[in-house]
Amino acid sequence: MLTLIGKRILQLIPTLFFVSVIIFLLQQLLPGDPALVMAGEEKDPLVIEQIRQRYRLDQPLPIQYLAWIGGVFSGDLGESMRLKEPVLRLVAQKLPVTVQLAVMAMLFTLAIGIPAGIVSAVKKNTVWDYAVNVIALWGISTPNFWLGIMMIFLFSVQLGWLPASGYVSPFEDFWGSMAATVMPAFVLGNSFAGVLMRHTRAAMLQALESDYVRTARAKGLAEERVILKHALRNALTPIITLGALEFGTLLSGAVLTEQIFSVPGFGKLIVDAVFNRDYAVVQGVVLVTATTYIVLNLLADIGYIFANPRLRS
Amino acid sequence: MKKLTRWTAAALLLAASMTAAGARPTTLRIGLAEDPDVLDPTLGRTYVGRIVFASICDKLFDIDDKLQVVPQLALSHETAEDGLSMLIKLRPNVKFHDGEPMDAEAVKFSIERHMTMQGSFRRPELASVDKVEVVDPLTVRLVLKQPFSPLLSQLTDRAGMMVSPKAAREAGERFGTRPVCAGPYRLVERVQQDRIVVERFADYWNKDQITIDRIEYRPINDSTVRLANLRAGSLDLIERALATDVAEIRANPRLRLSTAIDLGYQGVTLNTGKSDAAKTAFGQDPRVMQAFSLAIDRVAINQVVFNGGAAPGNQWINPQHPYYQSRFPVAARDIERAKRLLREAGVRTPVTVDFMVPNNPEVRQVAEVLQAMTAEAGFDLKIRVTEFATSLQEAEQGRYQAYMLNWSGRTDPDGNLFIFHGCNQPQNYGGYCNREVDALMQEARAKSDLAARKAIYERVAERLMTEGSIVYLYHRPVIIAHTVRLEGYRPMPDGLVRVIGLKLRPN
Repeated sequence: MLTLIGKRILQLIPTLFFVSVIIFLLQQLLPGDPALVMAGEEKDPLVIEQIRQRYRLDQPLPIQYLAWIGGVFSGDLGESMRLKEPVLRLVAQKLPVTVQLAVMAMLFTLAIGIPAGIVSAVKKNTVWDYAVNVIALWGISTPNFWLGIMMIFLFSVQLGWLPASGYVSPFEDFWGSMAATVMPAFVLGNSFAGVLMRHTRAAMLQALESDYVRTARAKGLAEERVILKHALRNALTPIITLGALEFGTLLSGAVLTEQIFSVPGFGKLIVDAVFNRDYAVVQGVVLVTATTYIVLNLLADIGYIFANPRLRS
Repeated sequence: MKKLTRWTAAALLLAASMTAAGARPTTLRIGLAEDPDVLDPTLGRTYVGRIVFASICDKLFDIDDKLQVVPQLALSHETAEDGLSMLIKLRPNVKFHDGEPMDAEAVKFSIERHMTMQGSFRRPELASVDKVEVVDPLTVRLVLKQPFSPLLSQLTDRAGMMVSPKAAREAGERFGTRPVCAGPYRLVERVQQDRIVVERFADYWNKDQITIDRIEYRPINDSTVRLANLRAGSLDLIERALATDVAEIRANPRLRLSTAIDLGYQGVTLNTGKSDAAKTAFGQDPRVMQAFSLAIDRVAINQVVFNGGAAPGNQWINPQHPYYQSRFPVAARDIERAKRLLREAGVRTPVTVDFMVPNNPEVRQVAEVLQAMTAEAGFDLKIRVTEFATSLQEAEQGRYQAYMLNWSGRTDPDGNLFIFHGCNQPQNYGGYCNREVDALMQEARAKSDLAARKAIYERVAERLMTEGSIVYLYHRPVIIAHTVRLEGYRPMPDGLVRVIGLKLRPN
């Protein structure tokens, strides 16, 4: 089994190399000259030249790439052209914010999606089922931007219950942090909650019609026990797989939500960086996100190996 | 007696609690439209950065609401007869945030830093300065290469901001993460894209005018969300509110609206000589360009897009500016004349134009209005919405025929004119070049008398109105909204929030 896990980890190296090259090259395709954007309104030719030299923009692409990737290996993701700050520091500052948002969104999703999906399956073709389906469809089809603005108007402007934007660290003020992130987390998790409701419903329906459930019922077990212990346990496996993959999507999906609620996470960092052609920041953020995604996938794979003995051989 | 003592104690307690309440630190929360770039006056290049600088870095001079230059860290200035030097007397007993003296040596250091530091954006602004001489501890002399009257106005902005030599030497390029200046507030904390916090500087030279203890700047890009924060009480002041929200702000009894017309302009830059794209009648024949301008109803644009809040314009400065040429007022739309001019030019209509428009909802809306208006005269504007950074590169390479461009503006008229119309100047996207106009603009730079300069600019205006490469449209409104609790806010034409004299009443 250890060999298998080792193999999977070794496979990461070419993947990460490939990802780093793609990130680097794709960015070069962006139209717009970073030195020109950075030079601002005055556009002093000498300053443009200095920017090109300092950030190696005047050098061939392979040299630019090697300089960047060499830095990455020594823990240096470069410097933000716009803010004159190390990218690693910016990433370290923003990543926990986005992770907190994604974790909260995930919790929302699980807390709403799974119970609603179970109810919908158990009460198939009743008002409950229809209601859950309508809510799920609403969740999937409501644009984050619209929902975010509406929530700000309702909970911040009209009711004054929650702050309209901004971020507070949970280590500074736990409840303040919850209040600041509850709306963005809900908006971020909203669409996935809808997806999860429908998946849970389908998986539960399949489980409820299977032989082992029929056997369990025949044994005279209480209905709750049949649903929660026998059906749900089996239905959960595909749901958790979906959840693990979706966590990565939530991390990247935070871009828009962070913009609406002015949450200073990865999303806001990358949007500003792209518009300002702040290459080092874009590369750093995308590389860290991609690596997180890949590592999550690896962990999920290792999890399966542990969970399913058949995969070990 | 006992009763009296109890009453006295109660009164004392009440008084103590009131004093405590009075002493509670006041915080002003300002919503910014963007996150500022590096907070180093030498390396900063964004407009929004200037809003933050207004509280931390004082300048040698400032402007007042009538665009007059007024002293700030300097007490006075005197330009030599030949215009080749400027003597600046400094305010005594001024300190930087680190306790270092703000004296002539510090001024020399700061200006030389602006002029020589790698990557300095102030270099072109101070290009006319040859050297800085310390005359005595409170007097400096700027020796110029040639007479340059816009220099004084440059010193009212970032080029005039003074930094602590000790802190700047120690921090080097990292100075922008912890700027040490001589402003009323000192930087406490900055979390990128989240907040910039400054607190009152106890040794500020004009501290009696400062009553607010802390200011928190919070970047919120979306203007709707920014206004929602103001309405919800999470912010006390927001900059760049939308013209379409003006009615709502006015109707809210808890909010105050403050507007001014900005120093810049919005115009359509025409490619008249930048690249091969200019080699059509649209780029070459002044009659076609005049027809384009005559087909536009500037008053209607103002009504449709800005609810009447902007100022229709036809020059590089707004009609309230002391240098505005009232001999050339904004022309009314004249579609018949526009059609006649097109006929005279012998072009086949519709004249198709590749119209590059940066991706911004307001600007897109104006572009669509222009499209409809000019179509009636015989133009077919093909709007090409382009992301801003890309549009800059396209404009630089001349891959367009018409380009919608906004300029944030400078106090001195030269700052809105020379780099756009001077031959081979950095912002001359239209590729306009006329040696006579160049000479006139240079002449105006060498004169400091308003009437004399204005007379020269009149001749420039005459030329540019008929053959220039920019069709000026309007001057944007600077819209600031704030809570009624904030007192003493004065609208300024540069839109920057001056913190001197502001008071925030408790809730």
